[in-house]
Amino acid sequence: MQFIQLVIGGISQGCIYGLIALGFVLIYKATETVSFAQGELMMLGAFCGLAAMTFLGFPFWLAIPSTIAAMAVFGVLLERIVIQPQFSIVMLTIGIGYVARGLITMIPGIGTETHALPVPYKDQIFNAGALVLNAEQLVIIGATATLCLLLFAVFRYSKIGIAMQASSQNQLAAYYMGIPVKTLNGVVWGLAAAVAAVAGLLLSPITFVHANMGFIGLKAFPAAVVGGFGSLPGAIVGGLVIGIVESLSGFYLPEGIKDVAAYVVVLIMLMVKPNGLFGERLRKKV
Amino acid sequence: MRFIFKTDYGQDVNLAKHGGHLFWYGLLMVLLIAAPWLFAEYWLAQLTFVLIYSIVGLGLMLLAGFTGLFSIGHAAFLGVGAYTQAVFVNMGAPFPVALLLAGTLSAAVGVIVGLPALRVKGIYLGIATLSFGFIVVEVLARWESVTGGNSGIHVKKPDLFGWKVDSAEGFYFLCLVIAVLATLGILNLLRSPTGRAFVAIRDSEISAQSMGIHLARYKTLSFSISAALAGIGGALYAHKLTFISPDQFDILQSIDLLLMVVIGGLGSVHGAFLGAIFLISMPQLISLTKDYLPTAVGQAPGLQGLVYGAVLIAFVLFEPLGLYGRWLKVRTYLQLFPFYRQGLFKRQKSFTKSDRLK
Repeated sequence: MQFIQLVIGGISQGCIYGLIALGFVLIYKATETVSFAQGELMMLGAFCGLAAMTFLGFPFWLAIPSTIAAMAVFGVLLERIVIQPQFSIVMLTIGIGYVARGLITMIPGIGTETHALPVPYKDQIFNAGALVLNAEQLVIIGATATLCLLLFAVFRYSKIGIAMQASSQNQLAAYYMGIPVKTLNGVVWGLAAAVAAVAGLLLSPITFVHANMGFIGLKAFPAAVVGGFGSLPGAIVGGLVIGIVESLSGFYLPEGIKDVAAYVVVLIMLMVKPNGLFGERLRKKV
Repeated sequence: MRFIFKTDYGQDVNLAKHGGHLFWYGLLMVLLIAAPWLFAEYWLAQLTFVLIYSIVGLGLMLLAGFTGLFSIGHAAFLGVGAYTQAVFVNMGAPFPVALLLAGTLSAAVGVIVGLPALRVKGIYLGIATLSFGFIVVEVLARWESVTGGNSGIHVKKPDLFGWKVDSAEGFYFLCLVIAVLATLGILNLLRSPTGRAFVAIRDSEISAQSMGIHLARYKTLSFSISAALAGIGGALYAHKLTFISPDQFDILQSIDLLLMVVIGGLGSVHGAFLGAIFLISMPQLISLTKDYLPTAVGQAPGLQGLVYGAVLIAFVLFEPLGLYGRWLKVRTYLQLFPFYRQGLFKRQKSFTKSDRLK
């Protein structure tokens, strides 16, 4: 029973990792760069939700979509204004992360505190047999599953999703086919920011909202690598693997292992199967 | 405009290309040697930090700037060096022995980290080094019998076979000597076949391989040299702070180091020093300007992070070659005046940097 309990906890944590990793993978597939600001986007999303609920006084059902929409717009703007295709985008996103964290911390009275996000499902507990289920965890799992289905449908059936797939396979060929690749890259950033905002909103009832919550993004890297950096389902699966390993090792292994479990897993993965679980094996030509 | 008329093959090999080099670097040396008498104690301490960070920066520059391998966990090597030094010096080992051990152990750890570098590249390598960095910090925090855990460890003063270095000036000279040796070593390395091989690997792995460069050997070598320099820098860092704890070697320190080489200018030895000067002087500048800003902005805790981030973004967007690149442009402008043209330093778009199949 305890094992199942731990696995459920791990899955819900893993869903968060998976969602952030999804953002990495979306951006990586579209632009072949890695955004180190994904965790900070998540943090901004959480703060945005907090602002919508407490200062603007939006009800829950309105605050969530407006936060996601706001973050999507923010992502598109970020791509338009700062990210132009160039060599050291990685450093650039590190810089964006710094700025976001600095700006949030600088808001007087809010930035340095931790806040609870007032969600309607807080502290509700279900008992299923001997299992004790947290409403927050269930919401995380449910929302992630829904989001995955939604994204799957978008990429599978909608025109824009198919265009994104095409441009991620070969940008030049996509250009020739009349796909507006540049616009799509903006959309992808918006999508990644929206997914990050969802992750932030889901996470904040558990860990509270604070300026340094973005550091969890560093644990989503292992998730993305374990799943294979170029694979969307891989990101979620990788997140789940990391979440479950972390939760189990926190209970069965000595103290301290939990914090590094994700990194140990990713190092082993890189040594055994550098392309990840779902990654394709590709050779670079000169 | 200076034209160098070469009459001797030795001129191609010389470190100082012309008299101007000799004069200016000689002047810099004189200034550095005279520094303890010129500057107040506080500024001397900052200068010492600059030297220490430049040693670490040289190592990272070799790895990131000249071999093209990015390490997002370089603070781990710094930590390994610092803790090795602390443990051995506290056991009573003389300073040079402990320093050698710190460098060697870091290099050995670097080889271990370098091994995955042979299979993975680009961002995967970054994540491997990042993971490694986290693991090292955790080990430092948990291995309490040796490292003292999270409560940290005190480091005794350096002891050079009986000569105790307990003054700030003495330690400054120690750092200066090591920094100069490290710089000369790196410069020599870069003009040797090994250094050329590193640069070839950076520019194109496949072409380097077809020219007969053993990728595995050179990548590991680059990692170990870089880690050794970081370890030596870490050892000096430990002595300078006299107290170290695991959280000084976390991811933020790693990113600071990366920021240092990127802002200094990737692919130039000068960049390591300029980056170190930037990294040390930035907090000072921020605290100097704090008084002139409105309280709401000036006293906010996130100001430093904000400025760092903004400067980093500005450099990546407007001056990808870093501080050294800017200096080169200014110098060329003055040398060529009035014939400097806008696109002089524009590189051709680097051909496919893709990790993926096109």
